[in-house]
Amino acid sequence: MSESNPNTTLRRVSSNPHVRSAVTTSNIMFWVAVSLLPSAGYGIYHFGVNALIILLLSVGSAVAAEFIYEKLMKKPVTIGDLSAVVTGLLLGMNLPSTVVWYVPVLGSVFAIIVVKMLFGGLGQNFMNPALAGRCFLLISFPAAMTNFNYLADAVSTATPLAALKNGEAVNVLDMVTGNVAGTIGETSMIAIVIGACILILLGIIDLRIPGTYIASFAIFVVIVQLVRGNGFNSAYLSAQLAGGGLMLGAFFMATDYVTSPITNRGKYIYGIFLGVMTGIFRMFATSAEGVSYAIILGNLLVPLIEKWTLPRAFGIPKPVKQKKAGKEAEKA
Amino acid sequence: MANRTFFGGIHPYEGKELSKDKPIKTILPGSELVYPLSQHIGAPAKPIVQAGDKVLTGTKIAEAGGFVSAPIYSTVSGTVKGIEKRRVVTGGMVDSIIIENDGLYAEVEWPEMKPVEEMTTQEKIDLIREAGVVGMGGAGFPTAVKLSPKEPDKIDYVIANCSECEPYLTSDYRRMLEEPDLLIDGLRIAVGLFPNAHGILAVEDNKMDAAKLLMDKVKDDPLLSVKVVQTKYPEGAERMLIHACTGRDINSSMLPADAGCVVDNVDTLCAVGRAVREGRPLMERIVTITGDAITDPCNYKVRIGMNYRDLIEDAGGFVTEPAKIISGGPMMGFAIFDLDVPTTKTASAITCLTKDAVAELAPSACINCAKCVDVCPERLIPKNLADAVENGQEERFLREYGMECCECGCCSYICPARRQLTQLIKGMRKIQLAKRRK
Repeated sequence: MSESNPNTTLRRVSSNPHVRSAVTTSNIMFWVAVSLLPSAGYGIYHFGVNALIILLLSVGSAVAAEFIYEKLMKKPVTIGDLSAVVTGLLLGMNLPSTVVWYVPVLGSVFAIIVVKMLFGGLGQNFMNPALAGRCFLLISFPAAMTNFNYLADAVSTATPLAALKNGEAVNVLDMVTGNVAGTIGETSMIAIVIGACILILLGIIDLRIPGTYIASFAIFVVIVQLVRGNGFNSAYLSAQLAGGGLMLGAFFMATDYVTSPITNRGKYIYGIFLGVMTGIFRMFATSAEGVSYAIILGNLLVPLIEKWTLPRAFGIPKPVKQKKAGKEAEKA
Repeated sequence: MANRTFFGGIHPYEGKELSKDKPIKTILPGSELVYPLSQHIGAPAKPIVQAGDKVLTGTKIAEAGGFVSAPIYSTVSGTVKGIEKRRVVTGGMVDSIIIENDGLYAEVEWPEMKPVEEMTTQEKIDLIREAGVVGMGGAGFPTAVKLSPKEPDKIDYVIANCSECEPYLTSDYRRMLEEPDLLIDGLRIAVGLFPNAHGILAVEDNKMDAAKLLMDKVKDDPLLSVKVVQTKYPEGAERMLIHACTGRDINSSMLPADAGCVVDNVDTLCAVGRAVREGRPLMERIVTITGDAITDPCNYKVRIGMNYRDLIEDAGGFVTEPAKIISGGPMMGFAIFDLDVPTTKTASAITCLTKDAVAELAPSACINCAKCVDVCPERLIPKNLADAVENGQEERFLREYGMECCECGCCSYICPARRQLTQLIKGMRKIQLAKRRK
């Protein structure tokens, strides 16, 4: 009698919980890619067909690099998680539209193979692959990577930040809409913010990192300007906020899950670190831009930040400080 | 007043609309009833009947096996067939008393009861213990033990856990709507055990009709109040509910009594009421039969010991073959591989799902998205704990508060990489708890 009824098939069991949310890694990556499209699209509109070719090359070679590497290493192919698409797209958007075809290809291959796959694939890379790829290209092709002369008549097209650094006036409105020189995906603040809103509304990112990043950068800029005796200049501040890769970096690269802290307090510390570092690079270094290097440096600090900011679990009392405890004991 | 909720938590598909409007039906069991001797936390009960003994509805068939234990009563009249190992919902084989139902439901003679007002606290607690009342929300902790803390005067609140945050379950909701007086009476009796206690009925805001009904019933009682809490899983977890109702926090090594609270489930309080007022042992409970694989989802008043298959059959059987059958709800329940298991004191529901969300997608690499951190009500880093388990880092697991996990399952639910976070953490906790006991 204790045997199970032989007419029934035994059903599958598993440990609870038995339900899962609908959100998976690949649909997160899908939405990140979709939310990059407004700025990528603006880049293509603004910089022409060259920009489209570069984006296609960087995305294609990122996916191909992951696929070929995994085939050669006889590992399960993971291009279906779409993370290589996001990496390729971000890298392409961080390149000027004037680079030759092998630059995006080399960048993507470096990002995927060296930065991501060699460290164990998705989730194991300690730097943002797209940014590491970009820094690799900046070092390897310094001239090509900073050639923003996208207009055929070869009028001087310095980026607004470079102009700002040289003390020239810039048109902030153009910087907000994106009608300026720069990399393919970074010029239009509006397009980037539209994409960021999609991600925020979907709950894929939140404002903890981008918010503290942008706010601490703004505060840093204001303080430095005041210390330098330039006074508060709202046009300068807006140009700094809208210019360069700050918006793209803050919303799409600083928020990269893998290379940002997992703890809540860690996210704020990370954001502040990025803001201050970006400020230092932009205002004290020779180059006009500093977002990429700031984020890469921040990435390296993540394990340490996570260790420092481990939260106390629910219901665990605050450790009483030695001094205070001593005083209380004295009173008693 | 304190917060209405707690940190973290998730909003899974509720599924309550399937059965929430179905009134409780009384169902009679089949010819054979099975009473596992271990259907509570603590020592198994000791059988006091033998094969061939005649029993009546309400005959004690097993007595408590220790202080933390509970007696078991026959819920039908008939003959004891024997004591043998039977399958229970957790998959194991447990010594069980088997009773052949004679279909007459002849009852024992119920004792003459003193009015509750004349009883001493100890008499009431003895009645609750003798009735075999255990936590019917799922844990199965003997209620008499819970209701006799070391310092009864330090208990400020008895919280009736009416939150029913588990998806699909509607048994507590139906009980609140249909038998509110029984619940309130049970809560009053429990509050009366402590000199300084108030009673709180904590209801989630997706059950406002029940909350309003209860508010209306207790509006003239200065000791009782209804607390509407936010609808969120796991609102009904003991530590989360205490926080939501009182703002007090306890960790895993503390008891609710350390925060001046006692928390009891709806069905448990009803059983307390009947034990003290009528001297009736715990013999029945409300079970929700639900899920998209069930023809006619509904709520039953079930005699403990009744077979699950009979319940499913009465609910019209399966519309489509279920991919998964869960005893309890989808977040905390046990998946069962066979329907031949008995209803126990802690069986709140049978949920039959046509879709097995767990089998659909294999776990993939963690992307460090921190969603598990955002939902963990215990403010842990589930990702780190699971990594520590996978890498065999016991020290790190303990240092990062692994033992504080309440196993609510939020992290596994939310994980986009489909990692088995809760399961890994739960496994390590079991190992550590076993080590502690040594």
